[in-house]
Amino acid sequence: MTWSPWRQLSRGLRRLTNRSAADQDVADEVQHYLDEATAARVADGLSPEAAVRAARLEVGNVTSVREQVRGYGWESTVETLFHDFRYAARRLRAEPVFSAIMTLTLAVGIGATTAIFSVVQPVLFEPLPYPDAGRIVSIWEVDLDGSRNDGTFGMYHGLRERAHGFDAIAVFMPWRPALTGPDQPDRLEGQRVSVGYFQVLGVTPILGRTFQISEDRLNGANVVVLSDALWRRRFGADRSIIGRQLTLDDASYLVIGVMPSGFENVLAPAAELWAPLQYDLSQGRDWGHHLRMVGRLGPGVTVDEATRELARLGRAVLAEQRPATYGREVSLVAEPLHADVTSAVRPALLAMLGAGILVLLIACVNVTNLLLTRGIRRRGEFALRAALGAGNGRLIRQLLTESLLLAAMGGAVGMAVALLGVPALVALSPPGLPRVGAIGFNATVFAFGMVLTTVIGVAFGVIPALQAARGDPHRGLHHGSRRTHGGHRRTRSALVAAEVALALVLLVSSGLLFRSLERLFAVEAGFDSSHLLTLQLQTSGRPGPDGATEDRIFGLILEAVERVPGVTAAALTSQLPLSGDLDRYGVFFDPSLSADPGEVRGTFRYAVSAGYHHTMGIPLRRGRLLGEEDGAAAPRVALISESMAKRRLPGLDPIGRRVRIGDGPLYTIVGVVGDVKQMSLAVNESEAVYVTEAQWRFEDNEMSLVIRAHGEAAALAPAVRQAIWSVGKNVPIARVVTMDGLVAASAAERRFALILFGAFALAALVLAAAGLYGVLSGNVAERIGEIGVRSALGASRGNILALVVRQAMTVTGLGVAIGLGGAVAAIQVIASLLFGISRFDPVAYLGVVALLAGVAMVACGVPAWRAARVDPASALRVE
Amino acid sequence: MSVGILDPDPRRSLPVDEPNTDVIQGTLDLLILKTLSLQPMHGFGIARRIEQVSRGSFKVNPGSLLTALQRLERAGWLEAAWRQTENSRRAKFYTLTRTGRKQLDLETADWTRRASAVARLLKADA
Repeated sequence: MTWSPWRQLSRGLRRLTNRSAADQDVADEVQHYLDEATAARVADGLSPEAAVRAARLEVGNVTSVREQVRGYGWESTVETLFHDFRYAARRLRAEPVFSAIMTLTLAVGIGATTAIFSVVQPVLFEPLPYPDAGRIVSIWEVDLDGSRNDGTFGMYHGLRERAHGFDAIAVFMPWRPALTGPDQPDRLEGQRVSVGYFQVLGVTPILGRTFQISEDRLNGANVVVLSDALWRRRFGADRSIIGRQLTLDDASYLVIGVMPSGFENVLAPAAELWAPLQYDLSQGRDWGHHLRMVGRLGPGVTVDEATRELARLGRAVLAEQRPATYGREVSLVAEPLHADVTSAVRPALLAMLGAGILVLLIACVNVTNLLLTRGIRRRGEFALRAALGAGNGRLIRQLLTESLLLAAMGGAVGMAVALLGVPALVALSPPGLPRVGAIGFNATVFAFGMVLTTVIGVAFGVIPALQAARGDPHRGLHHGSRRTHGGHRRTRSALVAAEVALALVLLVSSGLLFRSLERLFAVEAGFDSSHLLTLQLQTSGRPGPDGATEDRIFGLILEAVERVPGVTAAALTSQLPLSGDLDRYGVFFDPSLSADPGEVRGTFRYAVSAGYHHTMGIPLRRGRLLGEEDGAAAPRVALISESMAKRRLPGLDPIGRRVRIGDGPLYTIVGVVGDVKQMSLAVNESEAVYVTEAQWRFEDNEMSLVIRAHGEAAALAPAVRQAIWSVGKNVPIARVVTMDGLVAASAAERRFALILFGAFALAALVLAAAGLYGVLSGNVAERIGEIGVRSALGASRGNILALVVRQAMTVTGLGVAIGLGGAVAAIQVIASLLFGISRFDPVAYLGVVALLAGVAMVACGVPAWRAARVDPASALRVE
Repeated sequence: MSVGILDPDPRRSLPVDEPNTDVIQGTLDLLILKTLSLQPMHGFGIARRIEQVSRGSFKVNPGSLLTALQRLERAGWLEAAWRQTENSRRAKFYTLTRTGRKQLDLETADWTRRASAVARLLKADA
């Protein structure tokens, strides 16, 4: 059958825009048909009256024929929809309070879920932004105890030649060069990468090229690749940048490439420039675990196959050359890069998505309850319409239109909430969240919100439609009053109980998170964080292999800073607690006390200036602290931490013992100091060794300055900056932050989770209270006759009050019981975010139950009061 | 708000003394096209003609007929225009278009093929 869309469209539109003419046309045609039929009967010899009657019989109901003809075409469907829509809009306008409550309730649910989805989707569900991202893996060395270690250059070197399952393997390390030139000195974040790094990621530069094998050798050419952001910021996106020289760490580097703006580096999100690794084998660190390793699997190679090959090759490499720092048994594993970079945040993000969905569920329960209550009120209307001949399909379509309109309004406000909420979430997000740049209110998020809204709209249209369709119009018309039967009341009570249960799960989760954060902030960091300003300094020159040629710039800076008014003490350290610095060495006691070098864990190594422990307020437990006398020429001495002494030298006196740090010389232990949290407040790894910077075998070119202030620490920053630049104009200053700030940042992930859970729990509590209030006040209104009879029969106000309160408490109690079960199951999800408390922490559970009971009391207060004041005479008249 | 009143059973409006059949599902279009291939006609004229030619075996329901006319017009096979009838009433006349004529040939051939197939089947069965 030929079908001309153009004709369909034009005719349909013509009829839509001029409906009355089209209707007249149909009416005329039907009327003419009737006239002709009558005329034909008259011609057949019937009398005019009989002819009219016969023609009527033949044609049937004229109106119905007209309706049938009029109903042809797509435009009449559009018209019906439009009518339904207008009618729905009119209904919703007629009940502004109802519509507003529904819209806001849905908006909270849809907004919360959509906003969280916008964070979770790019981080957890989207593949990483690389070609064949599934083939990129992280390669880790696994210790006997299952802990993961960074890779070594030695292992990389051994693997690279032999691994056939990989297209490329690369290692990299952070690189923070100082860029000097005509402008202010700038410390940049970058990476030193082995030659295959960009091949592993599968990205190519937009300008120029990346590294060649000949450049990734010690004393190879100094070449650098820039990020798009750095290229734009510092060099005005000048395309002639290729071939230009930059001064980085006082050395000249040739710019050979610029990466595209879309290049997202999940392995080092802040990195803005890249140089070849040019690994220095003469430093003797080639078996030190300080390089991260990644690889790109060959086509068709599975992660399991790659892990098996790595394990085999790893053993082969070690069999040829077993370095001293390696344990007996070292295995290597490959893990998909996506899983690896998101593993730390996955549980928290999924828990937040779960919390968002809980809020949505609670909102939906509330809306269902409201719709049921409204459905009962509208039973009369629907019964009337059904009695007038509206089919079930027509009624259901009307209800669907209404609920879709409601959902659309809720969705629109919800999306606006999400639109505002997403930037807030990004601002609040903890520093460890990968792919923050990809989070935003984009098309996928919008589509998610639309689908969510539509599903909700359809679901909510179906519930009252079923309710209406099941009803018998006759009974409906008869009982067009506001009386209901027990079945509906039970359904609604069950729904409110479910709502209380869901809210309880959220409240308990937030309670536990809150208690965890409380505990976390009570943890002793091991030093006095108040009035402490920290910043990071860097010498722009690369350290010489022996360290002795370096000028004493750090020492001069320290002296200058100590003279700043308001500074009571200042010191230098190679790594700063809670700052993210991570510098660990294998430490051995002499003579060796642990038989198995595999047991050697990484120990934090601090090269510090003499006053460090005093400035930080780290207590001395035994022996003495490091002093000015422990210079380069003096006997080598070290301090160890309390827990290191306890674990590694149980029952022995550490003073006077000798210790080897990595492959370096021996140091004599002269003192034991208190434990310090290095990685975070929650991580209990406190084995540390301190030496003076003068006695360390190379000069750290990055040092942190800690400054104890007399008053407000942050206020000192400008004066300290001036003091530093008075000594060296080209010294970049980075990471200026108070120690209190670092302590707070250490709990950022938990605080992020707490803020979200807290907000969701609050929304849930309000929604649950509203639901409880709605059902109770509805019940009181429906049972007003019954209450009237009761009080007429002698029930006291107290009895009536008790009746309502008992009902409220039964519903709440049921919800609490179910919710407690749900909470115990749900807490598993946030277990990784808890700290220092049991997941059954009684304070959190009891507090939440008490809170819910209190809210239930308040919610039932108004209906109970109203019920108690019912005048029996007027109540009975309602019947 | 328009409430669709249920159609009364169309068969109830037929004279009960004549043996008749509803127009076979799907053949109404063919019958209309064929009828109009002789001359332009209005709705009642088409219905009358189908009844007469089929000797009363086919009764055409006016609602279905007028809807079918709309559909065929929308498909481009008919053209409709209001004109005076011979008894000086205004009526909507339908004329077969050129594509409509082609469609008639197609549908006729199709129907003949089907009908003879059915006939063969029935003969084979008997």
